[in-house]
Amino acid sequence: MASAVIPANQAPKLNYLNNGHSLRSWLLTTDHKRIAVLYLISVTTFFFLGGFFAMLIRLELLTPQGDLMQADTYNKVFTMHGMIMVFFFLIPVVPAVLGNFLIPIMIGAKDLAFPRINLLSWYLYIIGGILITHVMLTGGVDTGWTFYAPFSTEYTNTKIVEAGLAVFIAGFSSIFTGLNFIVTIHRMRAPGLTWDRLPLFIWSNYATSLVMVLGTPVVAITIVLVAVERLFHLGIFDPRLGGDPVLFQHLFWFYSHPAVYIMILPSMGVVSELIACFARKRIFGYKFVALSSVAIAVFGFLVWAHHMFVAGISLYAAMIFSFLSFSVGVPSAVKVFNWTATLYKGSITYATPMLYAFGFIGLFTMGGLTGLMLATIGIDVHVTDTYFVVAHFHYVMVGGVLMGYLGGMHFWWPKISGRMYPEGWAKLSALFVFVGFNLTFFPQFILGYVGMPRRYWQYPPEFQVLNVLSTAGASILAVGYLLPMIYFLWSLRYGPIASDNPWHAAGLEWKTTSPPPTFNFEETPVVTWEAYNYDEIPDKELEAPVAR
Amino acid sequence: MSKFLPLWPDQASTMSGQVDALYIYLLLVAGVMTALIFVAVTVLAIKYRRVRGREAQQIEGSTILEITWSVIPFFVMLTFFIWGAVLYFKERTPPADSTEIYVVAKQWMWKFEHMEGQREINELHVPTGQNIKLIMTSQDVIHSFFVPAFRLKQDVLPGRYTTLWFKATVPGRYHLFCAEYCGTNHSGMGGEIVVMEPRDYAQWMAGGPAVPLQETGKQLFATLGCATCHRSDVQGRGPNLVGIYNKPVLLEDGRTVTADENYVRESILNPTAKIVNGFKPVMPTFQGIVSEEQLNALVAYVKSLAQPTPGSAGLQNEPAASPAQTQKTQVQ
Repeated sequence: MASAVIPANQAPKLNYLNNGHSLRSWLLTTDHKRIAVLYLISVTTFFFLGGFFAMLIRLELLTPQGDLMQADTYNKVFTMHGMIMVFFFLIPVVPAVLGNFLIPIMIGAKDLAFPRINLLSWYLYIIGGILITHVMLTGGVDTGWTFYAPFSTEYTNTKIVEAGLAVFIAGFSSIFTGLNFIVTIHRMRAPGLTWDRLPLFIWSNYATSLVMVLGTPVVAITIVLVAVERLFHLGIFDPRLGGDPVLFQHLFWFYSHPAVYIMILPSMGVVSELIACFARKRIFGYKFVALSSVAIAVFGFLVWAHHMFVAGISLYAAMIFSFLSFSVGVPSAVKVFNWTATLYKGSITYATPMLYAFGFIGLFTMGGLTGLMLATIGIDVHVTDTYFVVAHFHYVMVGGVLMGYLGGMHFWWPKISGRMYPEGWAKLSALFVFVGFNLTFFPQFILGYVGMPRRYWQYPPEFQVLNVLSTAGASILAVGYLLPMIYFLWSLRYGPIASDNPWHAAGLEWKTTSPPPTFNFEETPVVTWEAYNYDEIPDKELEAPVAR
Repeated sequence: MSKFLPLWPDQASTMSGQVDALYIYLLLVAGVMTALIFVAVTVLAIKYRRVRGREAQQIEGSTILEITWSVIPFFVMLTFFIWGAVLYFKERTPPADSTEIYVVAKQWMWKFEHMEGQREINELHVPTGQNIKLIMTSQDVIHSFFVPAFRLKQDVLPGRYTTLWFKATVPGRYHLFCAEYCGTNHSGMGGEIVVMEPRDYAQWMAGGPAVPLQETGKQLFATLGCATCHRSDVQGRGPNLVGIYNKPVLLEDGRTVTADENYVRESILNPTAKIVNGFKPVMPTFQGIVSEEQLNALVAYVKSLAQPTPGSAGLQNEPAASPAQTQKTQVQ
């Protein structure tokens, strides 16, 4: 194994970052690592844009009266928050940044199967992003990210068609990314890297890609139908013309529920990598964890109508979808139990990535269990469309996805940038994120059960205390998110230079240099070991990652 | 409910306690699970922290454990499912003896009409101890009728009826919210449900003159000319409507549908959608001619024809299909 490690050297070696400095060398690159960096910059921009809207929402809700902005403005603000966060941050973030960077390296390939299509994906994302920004600057949209008909098709006079087009285009970005990953994982694995030796990050991105490729076209079609209905009044969703507004919800959630798994599965993959590394163990029940990703992807397609228990679907349809929703809970629970069991008899250290992994387990457990409450139809009738739902999906999508993403960013930052981040600051920010997150969203469970509906610009005064707590939490959370951006940028210049494998981690990405050369490996590696072979990796001192 | 920091909503319907009971069960299970995971992760993370001289012990996994922690949660979830489904079934099935109230939602108000003819906006008076069934529709976009104190919610759709039933238990004033985002003033589209003792309610009802809903419907039935084809004495160009409500109707294409509120409504707005066997699609649409309130009155009137009244009842104990078949013979 030691043979695969490239010897340390003094002069800066040629790597993907210093191989060309012109703008053109970045904007026309087909190197998956550079494209990952392009994505990193763009999703981070959209994250802070979406976060800005989140802060506006929280500030408006400090008081029961609508006094910070007009009702219409507020409606546009939460719509933009949702659209940007869902379509331009949560869906692409882990696959397009970490997946793009790591998948070829983790499987010992030189690049993705279709490097040019990969670049095209990024451009589509950017075109979609520019369009949504244009919509935002020229009047916005006020339907909520869900585009419900007939409000979106007949009643609102905001920029539905343009916003739909933005989402449509960004959708193709994720279809192409999914396709690229599937082909790459099937065709380009290094010699010896069989399916049961793949890192779980690969498995989960593979499952995600299946959902992207199969689900995203449906939302694209739905958006086209909304645009057609809006422009030509065909009577697809408008009951006055013989259409059915509930049909829209079926079509929309057929994609948008699986989209939740597009978001969470890659983060679950990250968490598996982190726990294995910092417990220095193979993942307990590797096969079950790998297959649970696929099970989640498959079951995820069968539960969409659980968003519609009070929307006017039949009694029996509701019962079937309730049952199916519980069945997706089983593979999710299996993952949590296996991660916990992996800790048993490990040799655990608490570096920042591991803290995020612990945070993920905690928040995802709460998000998952409240999801079971929502799947319980008798309860869902009361809490659906209230802040209970808002809290639940933030626990899963922000608590889950973002904890996984930040954990992964800290873990692979030395590989991506060649520098170490400051551990003390990172631990502090992880604490801010965890505390801030819970303070923001836990009160919203209570708010929801006592009856505050979502998407409310003003609310009865008795809900104020809980809203103030939530806003206070959001400001702590904001600090927790700003800190990493600052110290990551700082570390680019001042961070200690990272060794090739600062965590003494398993995985092919740690056998190449930090940052990796353009074609990832000097020689194509031959894999003769299983993933997470930590017993074969010397358990060196983990303190201070050594500067070379 | 504490006005400063409410942690639990008021209980004001027969469903509130039942929903709360299930919710408490879910909270307990979720609490135990969260605590288990939290304790397990904390204890393991501390106990197996990195110590000099001790290496991690590699463990493959355990199929027995995997099966255990798949099957046990599955059965626990099954209890959630069954209890939840039973409760949902109750929530969604109005008792036969319910008093009906028609609800029309529009951007951004709630309009109510009692069978006795009283109309209200953004405020609904109901008595305790009586089953109330709301027959709801929307004039524009999707809204959702939500009363947290009742633990009940139902989307209100344009173009069709949805229903929600409850039995209020505690007099008081309770929030009514619109829970489905519906545009600019979504958060202002609220109101109050005023639950009263039956005695007070009767008094409230007695105040002010009102024409019963089916009476309004009867007048409309005459003025819109419905009665010229839908005759109650002999078979006209359209089906006789007496006694059809909630009965099966045989259609031209061979299907049988139940003549419920949505069927009656559709037949007025889109008469050619479901042609009764033996009749011709000659009826014009009343889309845009009758308002939602007038539709409700017409529906209420057609439903009232189902009550056996002396004279007509004897003629109409067969499903509506049978006179239709008579006519079909004539056509052939």
